[in-house]
Amino acid sequence: MYDTNLVLGGKEFTSRLIVGTGKYSTLEVMREAHEASGAEIVTVAVRRVSLPGTGESILDFIDTKRFTLLPNTAGCYTADEAVRTAYLAREAGMGDLVKLEVIGDQRTLFPDVPELIEATRTLAREGFIVMPYTNDDPVAARKLQDAGAACVMPLGAPIGSGLGIRNPYNIKIILETVTVPVIVDAGVGTASDAAVAMELGCDGVLMNTAIAGARDAVAMARAMRLAVEAGRLAYKAGRIGKKLYATASSPLEGLPDWTS
Amino acid sequence: MSVQISVNGKPMEVGPGTTVDGLLTLLNIKREYTAVAVNREVTPKSAYGTVTLSEGDKVEIVRPMGGG
Repeated sequence: MYDTNLVLGGKEFTSRLIVGTGKYSTLEVMREAHEASGAEIVTVAVRRVSLPGTGESILDFIDTKRFTLLPNTAGCYTADEAVRTAYLAREAGMGDLVKLEVIGDQRTLFPDVPELIEATRTLAREGFIVMPYTNDDPVAARKLQDAGAACVMPLGAPIGSGLGIRNPYNIKIILETVTVPVIVDAGVGTASDAAVAMELGCDGVLMNTAIAGARDAVAMARAMRLAVEAGRLAYKAGRIGKKLYATASSPLEGLPDWTS
Repeated sequence: MSVQISVNGKPMEVGPGTTVDGLLTLLNIKREYTAVAVNREVTPKSAYGTVTLSEGDKVEIVRPMGGG
């Protein structure tokens, strides 16, 4: 079936699965999982180099000609910190995309939405392609779009929780509220969660722990690829309506008469 | 007379007139995919050779790491 590409700030992507680079057992496993996932965008964190500056770099295991880097602002608690982190990432040569995180609470890692909107406005004005990680709140999503976000990335459940899509109805309302792409970011635990997000009509899914933390990360990466594709196809195909009672699939006419 | 600075939170002594470029060379840090901030302001790569470190400067040197 014909499908359009995922467009983020004018850049086009065929894959609708974005994967992380954290928590893998080894960097070699990460590389294999990236391959199996079919992803074209991988997230990275921005952190202090270890001193002295030797040791292996994660970029030795990411072909930056094939994968677009999506630096995140994970660990930032204010708009100011997040904006400075984004500037650092861009100056480092990681491109214009930024997965904007402004965390409001350490235990849940839920976003601080007012700070997030402020940082989105600042970075969008400075030419960044801003991809904000946000709550499953349609009002916040609209405000982020108005602030210049290239997409909105509502959480399915808390980061790393694996609880799946906790509020599919809000995700649906967000899809009706904004015109920018909607990418579910965080909370996916297994393939069916990714499929649910895509069946709702989301434009993509971003995940890290669900793949990196699986017993076999490479196999899970492939499962996620298939789930995102299956969910997208099912959405485009148009599912049947739900009904309480049965509707026969076989014709009621033409039954043989078995009465004696 | 040496200059006291901090690099990624650690105290360090450098010679007077040391530039950002000189510091990166001293620490054996690759330039690719690396970024530097001095006193919270990002230093453009084009200014590495001209920005001189002063007493008390706080230098942050970052690069991409694994993350979600």
